[in-house]
Amino acid sequence: MADVQVESVSRSFGAHKALDDVSIAFPDGGFYALLGPSGSGKTTLLRLIAGFDFPDSGRIIIGREGVERVPVEKRRIGMVFQNYALFPNMSVADNVAFGLSVRGESKASIAREVRQALDLVQLGKLGERRPHQLSGGQRQRVALARAIVTKPRVLLLDEPLSALDKALRVDMQVELKRIQREIGITTIFVTHDQEEALTMSDRIGILRDGRLVEEGPPEDIYNSPKSEFSATFLGDANILRGDATGDGIRLSDGTAIVASGGVANATGGKASCAVRPERIKIATATASPLAAEGNMLRGRVSKRIFAGNSSTYFVDRMGEVIKVHVQNSGATKIEEGNDVVLHWSPESTVLISAA
Amino acid sequence: MAGNIAAGPLSGIRPALPLLAPAYLWLTLAIFLPLSAMAFFSFMTDLPLSGKDWSFTIRNYAAFFSSGLYVTLLWSSLRLGLEVTLWCALIGFPAAYVLAKVLKGRSREAIFLLVILPFWSNGLVRIFSWAMVLREGGILDVVLNAILPFKISVDLMYSYPAVIIGLVHSYVPYMVLTCYLTLQAIDDSLIEAARSLGASRLQVLRRLIIPLAMPGLIAGAVLIFVPVVGSFMEPRILGGRTGTFYGTVIEDQFVAVFNWPLGAALSFILLAVVLVILAAASPVLRRAT
Repeated sequence: MADVQVESVSRSFGAHKALDDVSIAFPDGGFYALLGPSGSGKTTLLRLIAGFDFPDSGRIIIGREGVERVPVEKRRIGMVFQNYALFPNMSVADNVAFGLSVRGESKASIAREVRQALDLVQLGKLGERRPHQLSGGQRQRVALARAIVTKPRVLLLDEPLSALDKALRVDMQVELKRIQREIGITTIFVTHDQEEALTMSDRIGILRDGRLVEEGPPEDIYNSPKSEFSATFLGDANILRGDATGDGIRLSDGTAIVASGGVANATGGKASCAVRPERIKIATATASPLAAEGNMLRGRVSKRIFAGNSSTYFVDRMGEVIKVHVQNSGATKIEEGNDVVLHWSPESTVLISAA
Repeated sequence: MAGNIAAGPLSGIRPALPLLAPAYLWLTLAIFLPLSAMAFFSFMTDLPLSGKDWSFTIRNYAAFFSSGLYVTLLWSSLRLGLEVTLWCALIGFPAAYVLAKVLKGRSREAIFLLVILPFWSNGLVRIFSWAMVLREGGILDVVLNAILPFKISVDLMYSYPAVIIGLVHSYVPYMVLTCYLTLQAIDDSLIEAARSLGASRLQVLRRLIIPLAMPGLIAGAVLIFVPVVGSFMEPRILGGRTGTFYGTVIEDQFVAVFNWPLGAALSFILLAVVLVILAAASPVLRRAT
């Protein structure tokens, strides 16, 4: 096992800067998610760490060894591909054994290690099958077993769950996390799925247009994002824009929004506030006033979407839409067209510098 | 999906008949009838032309076994087929790999065109061009003497290597095309996965790419081996006196000696031998694919 350091790495393809001066420290034994929309450079970064491609400048250090010029076959990494990339001409066991046998290990030790790896991913009985005889989830497990059986220093996962259907994906998230903890391997996980990044990783790095926008533990980024982009990309967020007042913003109609978290900013400039939809409480305007929570806005319900355990209200306020998530816990629903009052606490409001 | 259609009311071969019929009618007319006629000839003493007397005989087949010449010639033709196939694989597979996996876009199209070019040129023109290149004082000699500081004369014309060169040139596109198709179907991520597991380029080639490309290699080998064993044009023109092979002897029977029955019999023996070889090899081939 080893930690991974990416230091000031840049990579261009022609005129396109896929990665622009990115530095990230991936802690030893951690589960790090690289999150970003397509074209953000997350896959490019993973391929640089793997050694399929080489940076134009900057350093990549695995353990204490600078590897930015070392080709992939000498880096001792394990990789799981989006399409699994199982060798169709080999059985499951031979797929898993491949990395050991190209290293020239003895037959007996290969057989033992393959059995252990297949047991770890709970596929002990399927060693003789061919990849095409397996389900998507089983192929995923084989790909994982194949990647970890060689005891790599780093495990790289390139959107490994995106080809699975939702129920299976949740199962595999849990499973992947369990295996990662069990062997304690430094894991770097590329995904565009924010939910996956939140549930699985202990650190998230958000990339956009080849730059690292923000990084930190999932809860920190979620609760106090530093930019509009990370606020909206990682989870859902309402962005309110106005003039900075020091501890919040003043909207165009004069309403003051108070925030207790986020970046400090001086008065006079433009600023934004992010509020998570589930932090906002909603009540009909005619109902008895609830205990004031600091911030309050009035509006009208333009749409309500029922999603099983929760509902989302789209509240129109002077042409802007504010989303509110409400748990369906038996409270009376508010019909579309009703005037409502929204309120939330300053603690739920994050001040971010203007985008 | 296909299973559903087959299980439907329109199952079976009947709806497919209009699609199959033209091809099979043509094959019947163009191959089966002449072939039957040839089979018929091969058991005759003489051609049934201009009122000649003829009767049925197996003499023509017996001639093959009674004279060691034909067996020797067949052996050398089989060896020729094997050698040409091997050279085509050695030359064609790397070319197909580069076309399928290294080149992209326009450069791939251009190189592809160069590979296919022999297909579009007339066979005789191709062979006589080689004759001009290979003969003593020919283009090859001129070029070599211009480059090398000492006098040299390769004079490959009318030799076994000349026959090999001509045949490989004619047939290498088959190998390139069949290998290209199978190599192109190999997902790049498979190669990347193998490398990420520590495999060297040679190991990737040996353990992954060649096994996965085996169907193409085998299809190319069959497409090349069979016609080369019966080839006569290249051996005759480029081989001269050394170019006597089984195919040229068959051609002689039809064109020069005018002994069609013997030529037909020799052809069917060749067909039988090739079929036996393919049948014997098929378990190996099937396992490999």
